[in-house]
Amino acid sequence: MKKTIITVVGKDTVGIIAKICNYLAENQVNVEDISQTIIQGYFNMMMVTDTSKCDKSAETLSADLKAIGEEIGVIIRCQHEDIFNMMHRI
Amino acid sequence: MINIYEVNETNQMISDENLDVRTITMGISLMDCIDSNLDKLNRKIYDKITSYARNLVETGKEIEAEYGIPIVNKRISVTPIALVGGAACKTPEDFVTIAQTLDRAAKEVGVNFLGGYSALVSKGMTKADELLIRSIPMALAKTDFVCSSVNVGSTKTGINMDAVKLLGEVIKMTAENTKENDCLGCAKLVVFCNAPDDNPFMAGAFHGVTEADAIINVGVSGPGVVKHALEKVRGENFEVLCETIKKTAFKVTRVGQLVAQEASRRLGIPFGIIDLSLAPTPAIGDSVAEILEEIGLESVGAPGTTAALALLNDQVKKGGVMASSYVGGLSGAFIPVSEDQGMIDAVVNGALTLEKLEAMTCVCSVGLDMIAIPGDTKATTISGIIADEMAIGMINQKTTAVRLIPVIGKTVGDTVEFGGLLGYAPIMPVNNFSCDAFINRTGRIPAPIHSFKN
Repeated sequence: MKKTIITVVGKDTVGIIAKICNYLAENQVNVEDISQTIIQGYFNMMMVTDTSKCDKSAETLSADLKAIGEEIGVIIRCQHEDIFNMMHRI
Repeated sequence: MINIYEVNETNQMISDENLDVRTITMGISLMDCIDSNLDKLNRKIYDKITSYARNLVETGKEIEAEYGIPIVNKRISVTPIALVGGAACKTPEDFVTIAQTLDRAAKEVGVNFLGGYSALVSKGMTKADELLIRSIPMALAKTDFVCSSVNVGSTKTGINMDAVKLLGEVIKMTAENTKENDCLGCAKLVVFCNAPDDNPFMAGAFHGVTEADAIINVGVSGPGVVKHALEKVRGENFEVLCETIKKTAFKVTRVGQLVAQEASRRLGIPFGIIDLSLAPTPAIGDSVAEILEEIGLESVGAPGTTAALALLNDQVKKGGVMASSYVGGLSGAFIPVSEDQGMIDAVVNGALTLEKLEAMTCVCSVGLDMIAIPGDTKATTISGIIADEMAIGMINQKTTAVRLIPVIGKTVGDTVEFGGLLGYAPIMPVNNFSCDAFINRTGRIPAPIHSFKN
């Protein structure tokens, strides 16, 4: 099953993960792995998720998460894992 | 499993370094539309394009959203119209009706350019070829999205100097016909030597006769990504420099390969090729000139420019070839003037001349591209510049092209604004010593000795 990678970049603040995970739970998106780090002073988080039970299209999911990001003041991206696999794995 | 640093690297390329897929171009054969009745021909062309490309733009947007990679342009290329219209068109005006049909079809499906208003005349012109070429000034003035190209030479056939002469006049006339619009028509007209059949980039895209009924070709980009990668290896030796370019080109091309495969699968149309060109835009940080400067030049145009460009072009190919199953089109570094802020700055500063650009075209992927010249430049002088460029392509067995814009009413010191991806350009001086007697000879330049390989 192909995964969807959700990334969050921005200033660290209370409730980022909570907000995103609430939305994901409401939409039947399962979070399989979370990793986070600070890069150049910015909060960086990556979630590996399974969207196979989610009714929403990749486009809607991506747009919704972007909007949530704008609300909290961080950048949220939602991308099919293959763009990373193609670029970084032979 | 992919890790956070790799994910970050990719996303930084997209958000900060202008990584994008420059174009998904659907090539559509119009051979089965041929009809001796002009109305029927036009109807068939419109119907075929609008049915095949109906979902092109929508599919492009879906892929963009799912993978988070911008796909800047969705375009169409068609069979050279001189071949398609030959049976029905008896006058240049007849051909113009086809251009208008193509324009309508492009607008209907929402693409921003459609290429293939073209003729392949590298050895000789048929009546239809000549009518089409003569119709170009009118066609480009009456349409918005149609792009035109003419192949006037090849390594195998030599150079058709009658066509070269005619195109000098056609370029002047196209400028005249679109002078209210800063002579924009000329930005949509390319003269080629060794034109590839599968180029996805405009204005020179057409769907060659050797191609299948329909194909998906993808043009990648990413000068900003290469520039950024090179910033990290300042002062290192050539081995490190070349390795860095190669690795970066590989990564950039892989994204193109992914998008091409997905577009092909979703549209149900076979994948043709990836064109792994470094295509600049006027946006800051999306410049090929800046890469050359990062390699070590004060300004593009300085001594060393041709060597730097040669190595860049070669490493881009070496990195890109392994990233894709099929590579084709133009594949190399583009050096358009108006579409590249670094090139524009170099011209304004006096570092870059037309003659240096000509030398650079010997080692880059295309040729003299998007160069604004004084509006009073003679047609024979334009033909002379074309002939020089075609000779470089013919002898070096590579594609070369000329896209010059004689800007009516403007001269050296003025600037012309095309807008959008086409950018703006300072008018460059042209050597005005006459080549009339050379251009006015008739016939063709024979194929070079090294073309006889059988």
